[in-house]
Amino acid sequence: MSILGNRVVRIEDPALLTGAGRFVADLAAPDEPLLDGAVWVTFVRSTVARGRILSVDHAGALDAPGVVGVFTAADIAADLPPAVVPLGGGAITRPYLAGEEVRFVGEQVAVVLTEELWQGEDAAEQVWADIEPAPALVGAEAAVTDADLLYPGAGSNTVFALGGDPTPDFFDGCEVVVRQRVENNRMAAAPIEPRVSACAWSADGSHLTFWTATQSAHNVRDKLMAVYGLDADHCRVIAPDVGGGFGAKMAPYPEDVLLPWLARQVGRPVRWVEHRGENMLAMSHGRGQVNTVEIGGRRDGTIEAYRLTVLQDAGAYPGTGAFLPYLTRLMTQGCYDIAKVECLTRSVVTTTTPVDAFRGAGRPEAAAAVERAVDLFAAEIGADPADVRRRNFIPASAFPFTTALGPVYDVGDYAEALDRVLEAAGYAELRAEQAQRRAAGDPVALGIGMAAYVEVTAGPGGGESEFARVELEPDGSATVYTGSSAHGQGHHTTWAMLTSDQTGIPMERIRVVHGDTALVPEGKGTFGSRSVQLGASAVKEANDLLIDAAKDVAASLLEAAPADMVLDATVAGGAFHVVGTPARAVSWADVAAAAETPLAIAHTFTTAEPTFPFGAHVAVVEVDTETGGVRLRSFTACDDAGTILNPLLADGQLLGGIASGVAQALTEEFLYDPDGNPLTANFADYGIISAAELSRIELLRMETPTPRNPLGAKGIGESGTIGSTPAVHNAVVDALAHLGVRHVDIPCTPARVWAAIQAASPS
Amino acid sequence: MIPAPFDYVRAGSAEEAIAALAEHGDEAKLLAGGQSLLPLMKLRLATPAVLVDLGAVGDLAYAREEGDSIAIGALTRHRTLETSPFLREHAPLLAHAAHHVGDPQVRNRGTIGGSIAHGDAASDLPAAVLAMGGTLVVQGPGGRREIAARDFFLGFLETALAPDELLVEIRVPKGGGGWGFEKFTRRAQDWAIVGVAVHRGATTGVGLVNMAATPVRAVAVEEALAAGASAAEAAALAAEGMDPSADIHASPDYRRHLARVLVRRALEAAGVP
Repeated sequence: MSILGNRVVRIEDPALLTGAGRFVADLAAPDEPLLDGAVWVTFVRSTVARGRILSVDHAGALDAPGVVGVFTAADIAADLPPAVVPLGGGAITRPYLAGEEVRFVGEQVAVVLTEELWQGEDAAEQVWADIEPAPALVGAEAAVTDADLLYPGAGSNTVFALGGDPTPDFFDGCEVVVRQRVENNRMAAAPIEPRVSACAWSADGSHLTFWTATQSAHNVRDKLMAVYGLDADHCRVIAPDVGGGFGAKMAPYPEDVLLPWLARQVGRPVRWVEHRGENMLAMSHGRGQVNTVEIGGRRDGTIEAYRLTVLQDAGAYPGTGAFLPYLTRLMTQGCYDIAKVECLTRSVVTTTTPVDAFRGAGRPEAAAAVERAVDLFAAEIGADPADVRRRNFIPASAFPFTTALGPVYDVGDYAEALDRVLEAAGYAELRAEQAQRRAAGDPVALGIGMAAYVEVTAGPGGGESEFARVELEPDGSATVYTGSSAHGQGHHTTWAMLTSDQTGIPMERIRVVHGDTALVPEGKGTFGSRSVQLGASAVKEANDLLIDAAKDVAASLLEAAPADMVLDATVAGGAFHVVGTPARAVSWADVAAAAETPLAIAHTFTTAEPTFPFGAHVAVVEVDTETGGVRLRSFTACDDAGTILNPLLADGQLLGGIASGVAQALTEEFLYDPDGNPLTANFADYGIISAAELSRIELLRMETPTPRNPLGAKGIGESGTIGSTPAVHNAVVDALAHLGVRHVDIPCTPARVWAAIQAASPS
Repeated sequence: MIPAPFDYVRAGSAEEAIAALAEHGDEAKLLAGGQSLLPLMKLRLATPAVLVDLGAVGDLAYAREEGDSIAIGALTRHRTLETSPFLREHAPLLAHAAHHVGDPQVRNRGTIGGSIAHGDAASDLPAAVLAMGGTLVVQGPGGRREIAARDFFLGFLETALAPDELLVEIRVPKGGGGWGFEKFTRRAQDWAIVGVAVHRGATTGVGLVNMAATPVRAVAVEEALAAGASAAEAAALAAEGMDPSADIHASPDYRRHLARVLVRRALEAAGVP
């Protein structure tokens, strides 16, 4: 019987739950001798959103207790010139330390090195950056006018655009057309472990060892190699235990890249642990779109045309965030077969924290837009939103399905997912309760919201890959090296389950190694819900090759033909024998002992095409119409990520994702004032959600394997986030529909909900 | 997130704490549970030169009956207020309000005296003590004096405590004829956007959270009730004379609206017809 598909508890957890985990901040001499004598790094950050730096006076800091060095842009200019970003026609550069201008509150303008951590903040207070303020550029709608250019050399604040101009007469012939501006609120990534890095040069200055909390040690290594002119043998990047990333730890930050330079200046190792306030200001944010949905169709519920216009706030330095609309655009039409679909996008720079990938990265924005649009359309024609969805779903018989804007969906049964989740949520009973409350004039209104989603993982363009190496140890145990990079997902458990299932070697005799470029030569990392379908597929295929190689050895031991050998993985420890004669068998240890050279397989799995997880979510909310307060009453989700190797871990991904998605709909938004000052730079002001604001979450599962990888697996790390935000959003609006409310932007805070009720005219 | 340097004095008794205050004056801050002060210090919004730690002052954590009153030591923690059967029976509004302070970690450290002496308009317990018509016992170099809660909160984070005085005891009337408490928050652990405490004794007291620069009584509501108004009529006056602030959660108008709704609900919960 296969261990796969069982709720195997995480082998990572005993260490993490008992404080035995080792994060970068835990590493120190004598256990980590390379960090002996490390100096602490504290960054001095701009308190002004935009302005010209007149001077940076750090004379006072040099005399502060424990100070080893203070550096500004002038000091690094010769070695570390600002890096040209890929957008803006070469006119936009991002400095490691701001020298001429600052462009967001939190941008680093100087760096202080001290003997002790606590001395850093005292010394940083002695650095005075004299900045001549310039008008802040806050909000994408202000920036897109180009009335004030953040980078005059680029000629426009728009740094990336897709789709051109709207098609004229696009909605001609539609009986009904609905338009709505829909905000997709800026989110803080807020991993529990902030940005933390440390580094040390070898005594001769030729080898760099760099520890960092990252989702991709290899990505960090490649950047450091390029900046410092190192080859892979002289640049080792290690990601030990990592406390979450959510997309914001995919790439090294300027602060990270500066550390080896600092270590060289002081001739000692250096280490940096940012505090939560810095993390909220200077770790990349997510989302940040202002979108317009236009949807047209017939009064019978047929959707005929859908246009999405995306305006992305990329923040001060355009990076991945500026490209997010590419992903949004790919997923424009969601689960629906719509005759005419278009999506026009613009990404603009503003004087705010740079935006980057965040759990879902462009796809939640697409789902939020189309699911809101479908509800608006249903409300306009007076139809049940479930019926409108069913009428327009891509039918299960239509896969693979080529969408209007390019992606070819692999497999799906969107109607089945919606039917199942509505049934489990008790949709008919909920509608009856809603009608009853409305008839009774209950001030606490019931809202039922649904969302059907499809997203893209292991993509979007195809050709995505991951590396694995499996090695048979002399004692018959196995070591799995993976280029995927766990930071909470449970790779150790899953990779060991898979390998045990294939080889018969018990899980406890399988070691999983990741996040160290000296031990794993290649890797892409963990992001975009890719790990099982790419990383574990690589492991699976490597194991297959290892088993083949082992059969050759076993065949010579048993004096049989390799083609006649079988591996019985159901026998304890795994046994090789000639087909039909299990009594005479050899073990993995026998194979290891007999092999002329150690058996090891390095293998890269590359997928030709991405996969498209899908599902449907139902949220039930109660809205206090006297106060505007919203309470999530229940949440039901049906998700299909193809083959599930460990349902316990899959459920964990969904629960965390749903919590994050509910938070975007109800409590979380990163806010700035008109001068570009952050208003939500700590966990008291930023509404990170807690268990008390959530409800019971019921998870249903569908498993439609994808043909696009050997495991049949699709991504699951972001699905919960993608489906839940529009479900909750639609539920809040649904609760208020009888009062004439047509739309409320997210997050649906009490103040916004109450204002919407006040503004609505009773229908 | 690391406080600026400060000197540290550990007081072994109320008298030692008061002596330290007398010595250091405005430079010194008292540290009780630290749940308001330490975050401010970590953000460097507060930079006291001397921290006088009350953690070893053992005789200021109690709750007992004194005639018609309940006397509560200033170092009594929220968690004790919340769970004490004695207080739940004789000062249920206070116990209930304490249950809604912060989260369990905060309640296990924070003290009623610290909350009241901090004088934050956003805190729950000052509104409850105001509604109950409580009395605050403070001790200075010259001995003890009593201040009515209604006279205690003077301005933004400003109280009637002299720089060398320590709040030692909170007295509230025993029992009462009903109570109500409404805390409207975005998240369970947050400060109230608006909060209301109602206590029915000889008269009905109404305390409001986050409706002014200080914890504040809804005097217009109290007077209307005394003159025989219904709960709904009195609640309509909840924002009279209030000057609530604007922040990311609420405009002043929205706070006024919330006060009217929440006062009505709290009055009804307290049994006001």
